Amino acid sequence: MSEALAVDAHAQSAIVDEYEPSLTPGNSGKLGMWTFLAADAMTFGAAIAAYGALRYNNVNWPKPADYLGITTTAVMTFILICSSVTMVEAISGVKEGNQSKFKLFMFGTILGGLAFLTMQAFEWHHLLIERRMSIHRDLFDATFFILTGFHGCHVLGGVVYNTVIWIRGLMGKIPQSKAGLVEIAGLYWHFVDLVWILIFTFVYLI
Amino acid sequence: MAAEAAMESNQAHAEHSGPSYIAVFIYLSVLTGVELLVYAMNFPTDLKIGLLVALALAKAVLVAMYFMHLATEHKGLWVIAATPMVLVAFCYLMLRPDLSKRAWAHIHQSPTAVTEPAAAPPQS
Repeated sequence: MSEALAVDAHAQSAIVDEYEPSLTPGNSGKLGMWTFLAADAMTFGAAIAAYGALRYNNVNWPKPADYLGITTTAVMTFILICSSVTMVEAISGVKEGNQSKFKLFMFGTILGGLAFLTMQAFEWHHLLIERRMSIHRDLFDATFFILTGFHGCHVLGGVVYNTVIWIRGLMGKIPQSKAGLVEIAGLYWHFVDLVWILIFTFVYLI
Repeated sequence: MAAEAAMESNQAHAEHSGPSYIAVFIYLSVLTGVELLVYAMNFPTDLKIGLLVALALAKAVLVAMYFMHLATEHKGLWVIAATPMVLVAFCYLMLRPDLSKRAWAHIHQSPTAVTEPAAAPPQS
């Protein structure tokens, strides 16, 4: 019986080895996340290209600084950069088998995401209520709300994703051997940071 | 088995041979500060846009290379990462004729003519 089980396990291992992706050996989920991020990057890229096309040479396009708070968004950018650092430290913690480091920095990443979302909610409230901006008003408003809103949804998704990982960590379900799960969540979070870096420049500064 | 161990060891070595995460964080913070400086300066518009885009791309590359570990991953992953950029460039190039047309219209019409609303039809 045990011999049969051993043979089965050996056969299964051979199958797993055969189908193990060569691009991300030992972590097929990472390849899946990269593929998803490539698809997501195409969506963001198309939205930013369309924004550029609408704005290019449009003499009526307002100066973003007349409507948008550059200082606030610079702080939001800094918060996302900080949360990317806490994320890599969390990954490093779980890889080293240092659970307390992993849990602490993962919590820091979640707080960073929540701080970003809170500041974005205040910004939107100010623009919608006090500045009377609306997605229906003109192209400037529509492109602004679509790009920042789509990104905000990604941040919200990332906060939920990170919270699930953190709670599983608190329950002791993310040991060192499952560090790959945190690494995959980290890829998503860094992508969200990367996209914001581009949005900050194209929508707010230029 | 030995090959796997060697690969893991190489990867671990590669991960630690690049700049530390804190160094990348400092680079990103400094680049963001430089971006705000460029934004506040009275440079010619084209130069300002060029500098801001270059700084944003530099920051994006730093995040992808060191936080997302693209620098140490299998080079095949670069193909996946580069595909969206190629498609976005294609999308932009496909939009170029429309952009050129609008640029031509702008050159041959005064800004007032472009911004003024169409005249109302005469009332009979």
